[in-house]
Amino acid sequence: MNSGSVTLLDLNQISKAWPGVQALAQVDFDLAAGEVHALVGENGAGKSTLSKIICGLESPDGGAMKMEGAAYCPAGKRDAEARGVVMVMQEPNLIPTLTVAENIFLDMLPNRLGFVNFRETRDKARKVLAAAGIPHIDPSILVSQLSVSEQQMVMIAAALARTCRVLILDEPTASLTDREAELLFAQMTRLKAGGTGIIYISHRMEEIVRVADRVTVLRDGSKIATERAESLTTDRIVRLMVGRDAVLEDRGKPRSPGPVALRIEGLQNGERVCKVSFEARQGEILGFAGLIGSGRTETMRAIYGADRRQAGEIFFKDSTQPTAVSSPSDAVRQGMALLPEDRRGQGLLLPQSVRFNISLVMLDALARFGFIDRGEEQQRSLELSSRLNIKSAGIEQPVAELSGGNQQKVMLGRCLARGPEILIFDEPTRGIDIGARQEIYSLMRDLAGQGKTLLVVSSDLEELIVLCDRIAVMSKGRLKRIFERGQWTRDAIMAAALSEHLSTARGGSEAA
Amino acid sequence: MSIKRSSGFLKTAIDYLGMIVALGALILFFSLRAENFLTRETFQNIANQIPSITMAAVGMTFVLMIGGIDLSVGSVLGLAGAVLGTLCLLHFPFALPVALAAALAVGLGCGLFNGLITVRWNMPSFIVTLGMMEIARGAAYIVTDSRTQYIGAPVGRIADASLAGLSLPFMIALAAVIAGQVVLSRTVFGRHLVAIGTNEEAVRLSGIDPRPIKRLVFMLSGLMAAIGAILHTARLQSADPNAGYGLELQAIAATVIGGTSLMGGRGSVIGAFLGVLIIAVLGTGLAQIGAQEPSKRVITGLVIVAAVLIDYYRRRSGKP
Repeated sequence: MNSGSVTLLDLNQISKAWPGVQALAQVDFDLAAGEVHALVGENGAGKSTLSKIICGLESPDGGAMKMEGAAYCPAGKRDAEARGVVMVMQEPNLIPTLTVAENIFLDMLPNRLGFVNFRETRDKARKVLAAAGIPHIDPSILVSQLSVSEQQMVMIAAALARTCRVLILDEPTASLTDREAELLFAQMTRLKAGGTGIIYISHRMEEIVRVADRVTVLRDGSKIATERAESLTTDRIVRLMVGRDAVLEDRGKPRSPGPVALRIEGLQNGERVCKVSFEARQGEILGFAGLIGSGRTETMRAIYGADRRQAGEIFFKDSTQPTAVSSPSDAVRQGMALLPEDRRGQGLLLPQSVRFNISLVMLDALARFGFIDRGEEQQRSLELSSRLNIKSAGIEQPVAELSGGNQQKVMLGRCLARGPEILIFDEPTRGIDIGARQEIYSLMRDLAGQGKTLLVVSSDLEELIVLCDRIAVMSKGRLKRIFERGQWTRDAIMAAALSEHLSTARGGSEAA
Repeated sequence: MSIKRSSGFLKTAIDYLGMIVALGALILFFSLRAENFLTRETFQNIANQIPSITMAAVGMTFVLMIGGIDLSVGSVLGLAGAVLGTLCLLHFPFALPVALAAALAVGLGCGLFNGLITVRWNMPSFIVTLGMMEIARGAAYIVTDSRTQYIGAPVGRIADASLAGLSLPFMIALAAVIAGQVVLSRTVFGRHLVAIGTNEEAVRLSGIDPRPIKRLVFMLSGLMAAIGAILHTARLQSADPNAGYGLELQAIAATVIGGTSLMGGRGSVIGAFLGVLIIAVLGTGLAQIGAQEPSKRVITGLVIVAAVLIDYYRRRSGKP
């Protein structure tokens, strides 16, 4: 317990399960008045679930919450806000077709008999924006005209416009410039002084060490530790998040990649992919590091034909003639496979069975005159399912009921079903527990050992360092540098990932 | 493996059991209330009524499977019938085969139009087929000069032919149902439809191009409507530009009663056929117990809503 200050929020043994996943397992958490309590953990560790429970968007399966000593179980977001609990979401969820002012006061528009008083709305909004340090934003323009970072600031301003005792900030700085982040930190200091408790979720360790009073680490739905921020270092937080250096072990034997399998030249798609060129060899794992939004996913999608390319050519093996890859079906025909970033939205057919999901891309090979040989289908799906060690109640179980790790293995099964030569894995282990993660790593090493080419996008730098032969670093759509194994350091990779941001941030502040 | 199969079969049978029980209950109810309901004539009458709506419902099931909708089937049926009738009346050599081929081509053409626009510009099929609904209906009036055209015997022969007491149109409709169900559950094409209806972006990223598949589905729906037009025209021995008015909504209702999801990814042709039977039995039975058209419509509407609610709760009870 935090000595000398009042406990605002006290969570006791909170649990929450989704079908097939224990999102939170008996988590204790407390927040004192005037405190910034950081919540850290990998994706899928349970941070979002916990914050959604606190702000009333989800209800826990078990456990109890208390707010200033009284029982607290909000029936919904509005109920939570009435108690002074306000959350700023990671993704701006403003309504683009309404004005800034209307968005700020959406659920409490000044009105008379239902008719909105727009002048009053605008005037109040102007005060709110000024108080949040962004007086230059005009409250009467449409949200769709704002940049993402401005939208984020408006959301924060809107949260501050409510009387909040508890403020939850989920990755607030993800899309902010440095200057805007400083504004946010200033606001946080002001709120702290007023006795507001802040729950701060972020992946940026420097920020956490700087702004937080206490840090709670979640891993796979369980609380690992709560410690005072001064006693923590960045390295220690990372180790707590990842767990016992598990990922750092087993770097595998060094591979000796073969001839060039894929050559990309001058790939271009808007601002997200700028003149990207590289080569990847057979039997090589080529990693792609960078910040969120640095264009890694977009680069992969452009190579795979999922997005239209504005320019750029793709060469297979030692061919001097570029190959036209204008759609994913072209890419698959050329021996590529993509494991998409968002497996639930872009990969899985959730209500369908494991068999259905795995066999989807090999149906043509399993069919005679268009009729599927169901015995053969079952056998091939079973083979892949057991090769990948998919834990299910049988291959007829809907994938929606599987855990994240097993869902990802189903996706990998589909990727492997046609025996591709070039595999693009976008965030292959996001939100997956350590056990399944190790299995996926050893699968990737096996594939490289068989002479396949793997392009791996990951926001988990440790993962890339452990797995890759080379790591390409992207920043703001540009491929800044490719590190060979043994030449890289975390600092050098991070410096490359930030390189474009540093130059533009400076330019931005000069302009402002 | 055989255990798996049979449990799958049993599961399928249970899926239909609810509808079969409902159908039986309706027949029982009307048999007790109307003296003449449980007669050969009643069922022959129903068998005569349903072939064209059955064809439309088969096509509609395919469209709904991919998460689309086809509002134009009624009008396309009207237009294909109008073309059939008008060409038959020109009395040139081989008029009937040419007219039949033309009717089918019209159906395919309308479906192709729907498919091309929907897929190429990624438009909601609701809007595109709403447009086609007006286009085809207008064209049907133009072709027939807004008059019902009596054709007579040549085309009537199709409806008069019978096999084991069942008329040829009914047999054709039944064959379409069986073929449709086999395609949906046993072929690569059918599997792709389910996949597209479940998550089209996932299908695209897995390397299967959904576009030609979707175009084909709309063409199939148009073709089914055209076959429906032939069966309809044959029974009445005339081409009415108003033929098939409101058929699209009946077909959607039958399909949804049959357990097909409007969101795509889930459905059954056999279910749609049972839905057609339920609507037809309800309509005929209500008429026989003396219900007027307005009250018939109210009751049919309630049945549709009830069927969807039952489906919703049945599915939810399966979830944890």
